Amino acid sequence: MRRQGLKPPGAFVRLSEAYRQQPSRWGPLLTTVIILCLVSFIHWAGGHLNPYQVRILNLIGINIGLGLSLNLINGFTGQFCLGHAGFMAVGAYTATLLMMPPAVKQMNFFMVPLVAPLRQVELPFLAALLLGGLLSALMGVFIGAPVLRLRGDYLAIATLGFSEIIRIVITNIRSVTNGALGLKGIPAYTDLWWSWGFALLTLVVVSRLIHSSYGLAFKAIREDEIAAEAMGVGLFRHKMLAFTLGAFIAGVGGGFLASLLTTIDPNMFRFTLTFEILLIVVLGGMGSITGTVIAATIVTVLKEVLRGVEAPMDLGFVSLPGIPGMRMVIFSLLLIVVVLFYREGIMGRRELSWGRVLGTRDKTPDRGADT
Amino acid sequence: MDLALFFQHLANGISLGSLYALIAIGYTMVYGILRLINFAHGDLLMMSAYIVFYGMLVFALPWWLSVVLAVLLTAALGMGIERAAYRPLRDSPRISVLISAIGVSFFLQNLGIVVFGGRAKAVYRPAWLAATIDIGGVSITTLALLIPGVTLILLLMLSHLVYRTKTGMAMRAVSRDYDTARLMGIDVDRIISFTFVTGSALAAVGGIMWALRYPQIHPMIGVMPGLKCFVAAVFGGIGNIPGAVLGGFLLGIGEIMLVAFIPNLAGYRDAFAFVILILTLLFRPTGLLGEKMAEKV
Amino acid sequence: MSLLHLQGVGKKFNGLTAVSDFNLSMESGELVGLIGPNGAGKTTVFNLITGVHKPTEGRIVFKGEDITGLRPDLITRRGIARTFQNIRLFSKLTALENVLVANHLRLRSSPVEAVIRLGRYRSEEREMIGYSRSLLEAVGLAHVAGEQAGSLPYGQQRRLEIARALATRPSLLLLDEPAAGMNPVEAQELMDFIRQIRQEFDLTILLIEHHMRVVMGICERILVLDYGVTIAQGSPADIQKDQNVISAYLGVETDA
Ligand SMILES: Nc1ncnc2c1ncn2[C@@H]1O[C@H](COP(=O)(O)OP(=O)(O)O)[C@@H](O)[C@H]1O
Ligand SMILES: [Mg+2]
Repeated sequence: MRRQGLKPPGAFVRLSEAYRQQPSRWGPLLTTVIILCLVSFIHWAGGHLNPYQVRILNLIGINIGLGLSLNLINGFTGQFCLGHAGFMAVGAYTATLLMMPPAVKQMNFFMVPLVAPLRQVELPFLAALLLGGLLSALMGVFIGAPVLRLRGDYLAIATLGFSEIIRIVITNIRSVTNGALGLKGIPAYTDLWWSWGFALLTLVVVSRLIHSSYGLAFKAIREDEIAAEAMGVGLFRHKMLAFTLGAFIAGVGGGFLASLLTTIDPNMFRFTLTFEILLIVVLGGMGSITGTVIAATIVTVLKEVLRGVEAPMDLGFVSLPGIPGMRMVIFSLLLIVVVLFYREGIMGRRELSWGRVLGTRDKTPDRGADT
Repeated sequence: MDLALFFQHLANGISLGSLYALIAIGYTMVYGILRLINFAHGDLLMMSAYIVFYGMLVFALPWWLSVVLAVLLTAALGMGIERAAYRPLRDSPRISVLISAIGVSFFLQNLGIVVFGGRAKAVYRPAWLAATIDIGGVSITTLALLIPGVTLILLLMLSHLVYRTKTGMAMRAVSRDYDTARLMGIDVDRIISFTFVTGSALAAVGGIMWALRYPQIHPMIGVMPGLKCFVAAVFGGIGNIPGAVLGGFLLGIGEIMLVAFIPNLAGYRDAFAFVILILTLLFRPTGLLGEKMAEKV
Repeated sequence: MSLLHLQGVGKKFNGLTAVSDFNLSMESGELVGLIGPNGAGKTTVFNLITGVHKPTEGRIVFKGEDITGLRPDLITRRGIARTFQNIRLFSKLTALENVLVANHLRLRSSPVEAVIRLGRYRSEEREMIGYSRSLLEAVGLAHVAGEQAGSLPYGQQRRLEIARALATRPSLLLLDEPAAGMNPVEAQELMDFIRQIRQEFDLTILLIEHHMRVVMGICERILVLDYGVTIAQGSPADIQKDQNVISAYLGVETDA
């Protein structure tokens, strides 16, 4: 390092000390406590909550992971992509075909037989998930290589296009995917340990990456591509990194979802699915990890609560007809209202950190989260 | 290859292509002025089809009155969407407006499900429209002839509007350079509203003809044509009206020919447009007739 | 061997010739000025050197290596850094983060190491933060390290942009109208500052500037562009006497 000769202004030492990041001393301890609470909650929930409640909790966990992966691409790196449904489809189908017992496969593929190599395969859940994620990441490389050069709305529409192509291909290769009939009887491995493990691991990986030098490069690209490139940040390499990691997580999330729902079909992976995750990201704040966690919880719960609106309701003295479509009407209105009036979403680009919660000084919101 | 069969498919392709062209114009005009992919554009077509349907069946209006009503209401809806969901975001990042447009699109689709019901409804098609005419061994339905005819008339009207009237000149000015146009005293807000009205009216007519072509309607009917017509607009060169028309025709004809000559790929019909989109974006991002726009540093 | 060598470089934008037959050789340690009326093609020359635009003609050689048409980030890695005429800071990031980004190109740890926070990554990060702080200190911005770059006053943003460019550890620094929008006193201070960093960091500097008096005072050699053509070059004294320059440039902007 070269020596600096210029004299700093007098206030320098003190103020810069104040700025220097001092993670709250209680941070790691509190984080441990929270994780312990979560672990004991999951342990308790397994025995005490009804299957419906467990299912919602599972969905929350999966949606947190999915939301974070989309936020990594759209929020932190500023590459507005709409192809998540496609990645999830790749992950869901791959994982399903790898973990489904041969007997169940035979029952599913009664129209067109499944191609030979897949017929006998039955892998453990984790292996199937990871391979699903890897294939999805590979797809991310394949798609990202050409489209990540595009900007803004063109990138959005190109990724949406690829996602649709994936869905159409899945519908058509019946000897692999069983086409429009979908796959039923997927082993229900997903439980709270898996889904929340997925959420937590994604949270840690994304948050650590975001708070590293790489994350700074992502944000620089989001702010100004030309300036970032002029500062030596390779645009393609970093966009690709965010995009493939996002695709990997989306693929794994798709696998979890398949195993939770135990049935999948190509129609599940329409643009609507991407819309729901986009809603989580926008509602929570594009570029906020805690925002995504909060919004994933809200949206998942809201979706279940609103299920009531769509089903016929019997109030004893009068029975109200269900209003199908109402859920998505409310969700789309929610998205519009957030964009119009609360552009930052719940958290904006801020994070909830222990320093903030405990009221200790923390001047650097972006680098303040200690997970 | 049987020549008559080829012309049969060509006629079919031209008919579909002119529908695409009609709808693509709305995308290209809005993109030209606001640099916005109006995701909700495709859903306007669905709205228009339903208005005609309800006008005729529920309110027993004559067909022409229903059509006029549908065009007017859809145009008003298009304008209202711009006012409510896009205009407040005029100075925000373009992505915000895009998100808003996605929201509006999903809103309209699901409002359609709530109001009209999710099930497909059969559209009454007068017998004379389904009647076939034989031209040199090629048999074409009246409807398949009517669609390009209507498109042609509307295109002539549009080109008069855009290239021969003051409003049209203002539209082109705003599309070329928004800020300069404003400085020159053009009422940009009015021009934008007018653009939405025009594009939506065309989409309305397109929607009605679409409903007649596949004689049934459902709330998601606008999704695929919407996406495909955006592709047509990009393919032709976004922001460029003749480009959108060209793109629409090529896409329609290409799609029909693909299915006709490679029946194995029939299942991939809907993917065709997206493949075209991606190839265009990669190899000729300005489209067939578009001009290059470089960013200044 | 010269540090930077441009030979017959030209750039056309859809028929419009922004720069034509531009030739320049810079020796290590030189401070050269590039002046000319608005739209003369000065910024375009910077964009060509830094790879933002690919030249339509000519060759650009830096440290003996042909860098013509290379990607901007790779050119920066080879030791050319720049500032922008219209400040392009990462306005939502803090001042410190802005400078840190420019250290990223030296990071050797992989993303996996960054996530796991292995020893190597930690020490690299520590070094980057330390160096960035000392740079902020050097440009007198240490006290605003935690402020959002976009919220800083204009003059500080200019300095921050220079600090950010320095963080890439360049040997050649390109400054595009760094004193734009400053009053003569501030401009003079900035020039003193530029002289200082040039010493401090062993820099070679190519400077675009509108403030004539300032350019004349600080540069050893000046090139004058007009409509993309180099109409004069030489010492400040020569330039001031040059008839072409007086009619093309000084006649219009006597003393900005
Ligand atoms: N990206 C671009 N696309 C088209 N024309 C450009 C671009 N960048 C610069 N120009 C044109 O090149 C000429 C020189 O511009 P510039 O280099 O910015 O001038 P200066 O910096 O000397 O004021 C101008 O006529 C400008 O309009
Ligand atoms: Mg300039």
